[in-house]
Amino acid sequence: MKLRNFTALVLGLLLLQPSCPALALNGEPYIHDPSTVMQCDGKYYTFGTGGGGLISNDGWTWRSGAVRPGGGAAPDVMKIGDRYLVVYGATGGGLGGGHNGRILTMWNKTLDPNSPDFKYTEAIVVASSDGIEDCDAIDPSLCLDPKGKLWCTYGTYFGYIRIVELDPKTGLRVKGNKPVNIAIDCEATALIYRDGWYYLFGTHGTCCSGTHSTYNIRVGRSKKPTGPYLDNMGMDMLRGGGKLVVAANNRLIGPGHFGLIDLGNDVQKFSCHYEADMDRGGRSVLDIRTLLWKNGWPVTGDAFKGGTFQIESEASGYALELGVEAVPLSENRRIREMSSGPRAPGGGAGPGPGGPGMGRRYSGPVTPIPDQDVAVVSVNWPAGSVDLRLGDYMLQAHQKWTITPVPNVGGYLGSPFFKITIAGTDRALAATEDAEVEAVAAFTGGPEQLWRIDQLIDGTYRIIPMTESDSKEPLALSAVSVSTPSLTKFDPRSDKSRWNLRKP
Amino acid sequence: MNTFRNIILLIFSILFVMLFEGCSAGPGSTAESPKASEARRSIEPYFTAAASGAKSPDADGFLQRWLLLEPITQSIRSNAVFTESYVRNAICTEYFPNQFTVVPRDGDKVTVSDMELTWHALDSTNFNVKLFRFAYGLNKPTYGVLFWAITVVDSPRQIENIRIAVGSNSASMWWLNGKEAVGLFGDRRMVMDDCVSKRVTLRKGRNVIRGAVINGPGLSDFCVRFINEEGEPIKDLALNLEKAEE
Repeated sequence: MKLRNFTALVLGLLLLQPSCPALALNGEPYIHDPSTVMQCDGKYYTFGTGGGGLISNDGWTWRSGAVRPGGGAAPDVMKIGDRYLVVYGATGGGLGGGHNGRILTMWNKTLDPNSPDFKYTEAIVVASSDGIEDCDAIDPSLCLDPKGKLWCTYGTYFGYIRIVELDPKTGLRVKGNKPVNIAIDCEATALIYRDGWYYLFGTHGTCCSGTHSTYNIRVGRSKKPTGPYLDNMGMDMLRGGGKLVVAANNRLIGPGHFGLIDLGNDVQKFSCHYEADMDRGGRSVLDIRTLLWKNGWPVTGDAFKGGTFQIESEASGYALELGVEAVPLSENRRIREMSSGPRAPGGGAGPGPGGPGMGRRYSGPVTPIPDQDVAVVSVNWPAGSVDLRLGDYMLQAHQKWTITPVPNVGGYLGSPFFKITIAGTDRALAATEDAEVEAVAAFTGGPEQLWRIDQLIDGTYRIIPMTESDSKEPLALSAVSVSTPSLTKFDPRSDKSRWNLRKP
Repeated sequence: MNTFRNIILLIFSILFVMLFEGCSAGPGSTAESPKASEARRSIEPYFTAAASGAKSPDADGFLQRWLLLEPITQSIRSNAVFTESYVRNAICTEYFPNQFTVVPRDGDKVTVSDMELTWHALDSTNFNVKLFRFAYGLNKPTYGVLFWAITVVDSPRQIENIRIAVGSNSASMWWLNGKEAVGLFGDRRMVMDDCVSKRVTLRKGRNVIRGAVINGPGLSDFCVRFINEEGEPIKDLALNLEKAEE
């Protein structure tokens, strides 16, 4: 008896465990000043200050193991052709130290330290500061623009952020190129190009103070790589301007060191580190967030943790639902009919085809109508798999989906895989072998029931089966007609595979 | 014997040179020797001596002529301490006589904790006043510092409903004609127009702006201008430190 009670207690406690694991990256993502996350031979790599870095097989679970010689601070990496160009600041910078910094570049054919091709070329100085001038040459980043020009921004709070041009074939400074001042009062800059604009990201605030760190990432834009970089209010970054991109959030403090990860198909993410992860004792950790674009400005997307949603098609506006007999919501009000009178056919005053509403008078206390109880309305649902459809969202139980991260099944860049079940049930969204979708009776953990959910640059979501996660042309949950869901190749030019996850 | 002594001297000489080079090339040091670094110290090109006569604000309305007091050292290890109460207490501590009323002349001196500090009348060559460069150029402490700054604004008319707009690295407090106008608290970086006062009136004739900037590890600087209701700068002003005394 006692044993049974104990077992019940243990089971109870297990059930009380949060179903969502912490959604900072998985594993041991401990790093400071990470370089832009780079993919090489199916694995992901990032390098940090002091040498070394992190590796991940799937972009979700990270471990140490990346190798970068040279020490120093805040490297960046870019793939150019079939080689990787690594840039780093040879000195540590720092307000209490020297400011005679040096920026160096070196090449490697691979980032995999176990590859026979893994060998860095000799590091070459491409920019420097003399320790007294208004610049500290650390914290470099690379940007290859559509014209094929390679830019390197660098600098920290000690004076100006500067930009120089490098030769993308050699990684050396273009002969005769002079540094240009482009910003003040920031560090850890990154430059990207999009739709005719150069965007300069800079990390503002104070680093290296754990939970007291005020690091935050801001941005300005310019038509020219050499500036002027203005923020959304027209303030020049040379006068301290910068539109906020991301600050402390979700128990994570002090984001810095932006690095764009453009996965194509309107999926953009960025790497950064947080100075302090409250759930990891305040250690500095890597994170990967979605990047959205709003009115020509980059915006940080949701740190998607799952939850219960209606899944609304951006194409038709209808909600994904089980193909079952809909049960109308109950009404607990007392209705007194108005005297009948003339009304328009099919609607208008009074009861009838137009339904309740206008023409009724209500009596009694005003009390909330309870949500539909899925246990009650599902009694007549088929026991097995059920087809899906799209319909008017009516707050009904067969239209509410709970999205839950699934532990220990791997993940993708920045996230674990999710299961998608009808709220309050175990009926799970699943891909079929013939590229349709259905709800199976119970979630079993099969790959066809695991989903990759990426927020797209417009804020809508793309939902693709785990089995399509690494495909260049993945099948995605799509509205193939106004009211019919299926799986089709994701087309970024269409709304059919874009979904809004709205709180029900 | 002489040979032995010469060998010993040689070994000590080599060790001395190695030790010296090791120090100068170590982490956190600069490439040049301290003497070379000292020789290059100057407040130029960031400042020039305040010229005689009046100086207008720059094209964006920034006030570039100031009386700056050499930094008062503070024990600050991290700027995380800059809460409003900390900053207010640190700045409002009386360090020298008539701290909130004096309008000094160039070269005037005050004594703070047995340290003699000098007021310098300077024109900033930038829109912002680079206090770090001021201190560095004068071979004064650059981190863990409190700077006092004063300027005299001569207005041709009474101007109502304007604001004094300040950016500073790090925290600071500012007074207009003896009345506290605006405070910038927390660990701040300098952003133009970061904080502005409530609406104030610039009286016709002489107006005194007084400010104090406090910083731990950081590149201290500030920028100040007046803006109107539309956020446009007030530029028909004259900065004239020769009007410091009434």
